[in-house]
Amino acid sequence: MMKKKEETANRPDNTAFTQQRLPAWQPMLSAGIVIPGFLLIGMAFIGIGVALFLTSQNIQVLERDYTGDESDSPCNTCTHSSPNCNCMLNFTLSKLFEGPVFFYYGLSNYYQNYRRYGVSRDDSQLSGDLTYFKNPDSNCAPYRVDSNSVPIVPCGSIANSMFNDTFRLYHIVNGKEKEVPFDGKGIAWWTDYNVKFRNPSLVNGTLKAAFDGTVKPINWPKPAYELDPNDSSNNGFLNQDFLVWMRAAALPDFRKLYRRITQGDYAAGLPAGNYSLKITYNYPVLSFGGRKKIVLSNVSWMGGKNQFLGIAYLVIGSLCVVMSMVMLIVYAKFKFPDDSS
Amino acid sequence: MLRWIRQQLGFDPPHQSETRTVYIANRFPQHGHYVPQKFADNRIISSKYTIWNFVPKNLFEQFRRIANFYFLIIFLVQLMIDTPTSPVTSGLPLFFVITVTAIKQGYEDWLRHKADNEVNGAPVFVVRSGSLVQTRSKNIRVGDIVRVAKDETFPADLVLLSSDRAEGTCHITTASLDGETNLKTHYAVPETAVSQSVSRLEALQAVVECQQPEADLYRFVGRITVTQQGEEIVRPLGPENLLLRGARLKNTKEIFGVAVYTGMESKMALNYKCKSQKRSAVEKSMNTFLIIYLVILLFEAILSTILKYAWQAENKWDEPFYNQKTEQERNSSQILKFISDFLAFLVLYNFIIPISLYVTVEMQKFLGSFFIGWDLDLYHEESDQKAQVNTSDLNEELGQVEYVFTDKTGTLTENEMQFRECSINGIKYQEINGKLVPEGMTDDFPDGSVPHLSREEELFLKAVSLCHTVQISYDQTDGVGDPFPRANGISSQMEYYASSPDEKALVEATKRMGVTFIGSNGENMEIKTFGRSEKYKLLHVLEFDANRRRMSVILQSPSGDKVLFTKGAESSVLPYTKSGEIDKTRLHVDEFALKGLRTLVVACRHFSAEEYEEVDRRLHEARTALQQREERLAEAFAFIERDLQLLGATGVEDKLQEKVQETIEALRLAGIKVWVLTGDKMETAVSVSLSCGHFHRTMNILELVQQKSDSECAEQLRRLARRIKEDHVIQHGLVVDGTSLSLALREHEKLFMEVCRSCSAVLCCRMAPLQKAKVVRLLKTSPEKPITLAIGDGANDVSMIQEAHVGIGIMGKEGRQAVRNSDYAIARFKFLAKLLLVHGHFYYIRIATLVQYFFYKNVCFITPQFLYQFFCLFSQQTLYDSVYLTLYNICFTSLPILVYSLFEQLVHPHVLQSKPALYRDISKNSLLSFKTFLYWTLLGFCHAFVFFFGSYILMGEDTSLMGNGQILKANRQLMFGNWTFGTLVFTVMVITVTLKLALETHFWTWMNHFVTWGSIAFYFIFSLFYGGIIWPFLHTQDMYFVFVQLLSSGSAWFAIIIIVLTCLFPDVIKKVFYRHLQPTSTQKSQLIETHQGISCVDSMCCLSEGESGCARLGRMVERLIGRCDPTRVSRSWSDSDPFCSNDRSILTLSPVEGSRC
Repeated sequence: MMKKKEETANRPDNTAFTQQRLPAWQPMLSAGIVIPGFLLIGMAFIGIGVALFLTSQNIQVLERDYTGDESDSPCNTCTHSSPNCNCMLNFTLSKLFEGPVFFYYGLSNYYQNYRRYGVSRDDSQLSGDLTYFKNPDSNCAPYRVDSNSVPIVPCGSIANSMFNDTFRLYHIVNGKEKEVPFDGKGIAWWTDYNVKFRNPSLVNGTLKAAFDGTVKPINWPKPAYELDPNDSSNNGFLNQDFLVWMRAAALPDFRKLYRRITQGDYAAGLPAGNYSLKITYNYPVLSFGGRKKIVLSNVSWMGGKNQFLGIAYLVIGSLCVVMSMVMLIVYAKFKFPDDSS
Repeated sequence: MLRWIRQQLGFDPPHQSETRTVYIANRFPQHGHYVPQKFADNRIISSKYTIWNFVPKNLFEQFRRIANFYFLIIFLVQLMIDTPTSPVTSGLPLFFVITVTAIKQGYEDWLRHKADNEVNGAPVFVVRSGSLVQTRSKNIRVGDIVRVAKDETFPADLVLLSSDRAEGTCHITTASLDGETNLKTHYAVPETAVSQSVSRLEALQAVVECQQPEADLYRFVGRITVTQQGEEIVRPLGPENLLLRGARLKNTKEIFGVAVYTGMESKMALNYKCKSQKRSAVEKSMNTFLIIYLVILLFEAILSTILKYAWQAENKWDEPFYNQKTEQERNSSQILKFISDFLAFLVLYNFIIPISLYVTVEMQKFLGSFFIGWDLDLYHEESDQKAQVNTSDLNEELGQVEYVFTDKTGTLTENEMQFRECSINGIKYQEINGKLVPEGMTDDFPDGSVPHLSREEELFLKAVSLCHTVQISYDQTDGVGDPFPRANGISSQMEYYASSPDEKALVEATKRMGVTFIGSNGENMEIKTFGRSEKYKLLHVLEFDANRRRMSVILQSPSGDKVLFTKGAESSVLPYTKSGEIDKTRLHVDEFALKGLRTLVVACRHFSAEEYEEVDRRLHEARTALQQREERLAEAFAFIERDLQLLGATGVEDKLQEKVQETIEALRLAGIKVWVLTGDKMETAVSVSLSCGHFHRTMNILELVQQKSDSECAEQLRRLARRIKEDHVIQHGLVVDGTSLSLALREHEKLFMEVCRSCSAVLCCRMAPLQKAKVVRLLKTSPEKPITLAIGDGANDVSMIQEAHVGIGIMGKEGRQAVRNSDYAIARFKFLAKLLLVHGHFYYIRIATLVQYFFYKNVCFITPQFLYQFFCLFSQQTLYDSVYLTLYNICFTSLPILVYSLFEQLVHPHVLQSKPALYRDISKNSLLSFKTFLYWTLLGFCHAFVFFFGSYILMGEDTSLMGNGQILKANRQLMFGNWTFGTLVFTVMVITVTLKLALETHFWTWMNHFVTWGSIAFYFIFSLFYGGIIWPFLHTQDMYFVFVQLLSSGSAWFAIIIIVLTCLFPDVIKKVFYRHLQPTSTQKSQLIETHQGISCVDSMCCLSEGESGCARLGRMVERLIGRCDPTRVSRSWSDSDPFCSNDRSILTLSPVEGSRC
């Protein structure tokens, strides 16, 4: 026995693994599987597509450009004048704009995704780390320190270029303006608001003191700790408009959520009627050929208006069905060899 | 004379002189002009590195690889300039790749060092200062006197000085050098032959002068000058005086020789080609593809750079108010900016060249090669040897072989001849249990009884046992130098050696039948017939020559009769017979030949006293003739070998290895041309060729042999070419011998190749080792550049094994030189079929798909990045986070392809082996043709476009907007931001790329399931984890909760599903239509398996069925990983999948029989 073992000491193991005989499923894309499969998938897709398309159709969207470069535009006067220029944009809703309504501002030709722009921020600073207040990240240049070498907080191009037009919406009821209440909370990512962005811990009970030894961004009219002096939970780095702005857009034409309309008489939506939007026009876009607009939109179970998704499902679904038909015809004509048995 | 030599040497620098002068025992002349020559020491070096040069040399070699060098450049660029990604993203993988490769190569070289040390450290005995000193082989210097004992190999090329025999002869066998197993006699010059002891050698004063080392084994020119009593005696030295390193001393107790060529200068070492790195065809096309991708990369980078500057020509784009530049940026020079932008784009797109391709390929090759060693079908039970992989670099080349060059002795044959049948006096006999039994009768003699032989039978046996040139080697213990040992110890101590294995087999056969050849001492031959000793006086030997194709001996029998025995090819003996059963014998010979036996016809002639006198006179005259000796000898032979009495014929089987014929047939069906290259004689070679099915009986055999001049050779070649053209219906076989070959190759290479290509089988005989390599190189470099494979077992095959694309060593009897220098080693020739047809096929398909897939997935990966530049002002913004950039190739998409490339089986191995023609499906590197490459690349680009623009459009038809709601917290419509967009593209990409491979996978083991679904799951889990934490060491927290945000959007899910399906949809359609309308033979044969119902659907179910499946999973894993010993097997393998059963015999069943189980 022992000798026998020695004689075959080199004998390879006889296992399914070493002999490459692992049990295996060997699928084959034969017509028998593919035709019904395609048919099923096609049907399902068409169903989903119809649902998505109809849902999308039901979403109401209202867009108004207020760049003001055309002379008949209500904001035309503001394109040249000093800051805090006001202009009014009027529009009419012919039927109820179902709530909750979302109010966006949109910019186009604006490259928030420019690499140098995108990295020009200091996340450590924005998380309230005071060491970075004194010495902001080098990526923030040229908005790292001001001409007197005092560090800028929040530093960097993104913060510096924060959108600063403001809007107020009035419902014209019986010739009188009735302000539509805007909800400025919950427009930013929950995690941004609660985790990622932190104000520095208060010094002497004020946020202002924590910002000592720093200057506001060059383009800002007021420092970060005065972004919303009325609401401390919306002030400083936690200001939701600031948070929304700091999330850089992927593409040069983008819109950002400004307010939600969820309160008061307008919780169910904007009733039909005339509306007037009061715009405080500050943000210059004409210098780089950009445009500004506002968007009112509501939302469905699958998100905002997106007709293409439904269409894509319909197209692919029908293609699947058509292909399964074609295959069936070819199948009948050529009598596939593998289905003969 | 000596002075003249000295003068010669004095004027010529030593290393340039045409001759080398060796002072025996290094006793240099005391006076006179003497310039010491420098010789190499006796060290054999096959290793590539030393400890000192390993790091620089290895790094240098690795960076010669285009991909490694490329990544080094990228890494350096990232270090130097401001780039979108950090140097770590390319530095880390590069470091990993380089380290892994260096460790692997270092290990391999360490093994070579070990082997070298073994050879160099072997003990040898050298005469130094008057005594015999034991030292190591590497310490032998030129001029040392070396003592070699019986059965030892010579440690260096030695000039024989003396042996234990008085006449100074010794026998050696050169089996490991040229494959010839017969004993060869070598001689010492008489002046030194007397120096048989150390003390006498001490007194020897001699100088050997010989040519500088050269590779030809059979050429040696030199002279020895012996000084005896002040007198100089000069003797010529030839190859018969030279004992080659690697040869073995036989039949001689000990010899003394002086080393003339040592170490790497020995003829054996010179016959080894230096081991060059072999590259497979796949690797070559891989490099081509890499270059194409490099061009694509450069194109994209240049285009991006140009567009960037075209875009930035207007100031409002270049520097809008929100994105001011720093002073430094404004002031740097335009050209510098341009260059640094270009480099930044290069870095951004650099992932299109897949760095992990090399690592994955290397891992795949390394791990995959284990399957060869593990294969039970490649395991040889008798010798307990399994297949061995020396270089895993060439696995896939096994699937590409177009020419097989095989050695004959020991490769096709067992190197054993066996007597099978004979025909005596018109009656056929067979050998049964060592007795001669007439055909049709059974062995009815009880064991031990002495059979009665008829007179004819006895004469025939005597003729066979006397007419030969066999020599006998006795055991060392007794009877050295005594040709007639004691009668009782014959069988155990005697071993026959013959230049022709047939003779050996015949003499051994007659010995078994009772007529034993005991020995000869030059004058007498003694045989023992049933215990009765008879002495024959050997009068003349009429040696064998290729023209006569017969040999004869003239003997004086004990009774005083003079008799001639002749033995030879039937065509050269039968015409000269005049009595005996000529017709019947001829019939029998044909029958033997049809059975594949090697036939010889035996005849005799009795001389009367007068006749013999005449014969003797003629022979003497011819032999002593000074002019035209050869013609006169031939005349004399013709005069003697006539009026013969036919005794009978023999049939000897050159024992082929098992299943050689089937293997060669299978290779031929697979479209592989088989060439036999042998050092053997033409006759032997042709007959083996016939019996192993290399040549068919129906083949028209063309000969290109014994060409002496260039023009003659050319003429013959032209004649052959013409014959082939005229007669193209039947197959042609070509026989070439070494000398004709070298003539043909020198001037008429083209013509020769043309002839060869139209022959279905080629046999080259009388080949020197380097000539074999030359033939291989000739084929290799011919216009079609076919992939060649050389297989052999002896040292004489080493150069050919190293020259061919794939070298395979047979673990045979002739040492392990071939195995050591081979890429793969197997125990038997028949294993070649499985090695090529199954393993080669698998490896090729696996690696080809691996390579194509790698390029595909990197195109998918990087093209969206490129497209994104059009939307971000060509600012080199990355679409994906740098962690994703780094991990895409390393983690998310690496395992499925690795597992695929280890386990994929497009067709069942058993089908592959039974249908060799499937091998043609993958020939000529078809899966890596430019067409398929283009298909995969375009597919990659298409998918990338769908990923990018699909995400682009689907995320909001408003072209810009990321309006999206959340299912979980309805009433919110937040913006996504650039990282979410990138992550969406990335998610779609990972899923599509993984599923694309799933579509390609035909063999789903549980591991494929695990890694395919596991990779996707891992991606999701990793992303959740990566995005779920604020990473303290990262400076930016771009990815924080991005992935969760993405997944919390309902339309994102819909988008992912639709984009993935859109990508795969056309692919599925294409596959179905191709399969049904234009199935390849591989696909057709896949159907065969399906009909046998092998599908192991539960391999999938056990992972996807949930609870009930998981319960089975446990059993499954146990089954798969645990050893399947028979008892366990019968229990655990379900009846539904017979092919998974462990019974190996099932694998050999034909499809029809398969249904039974």
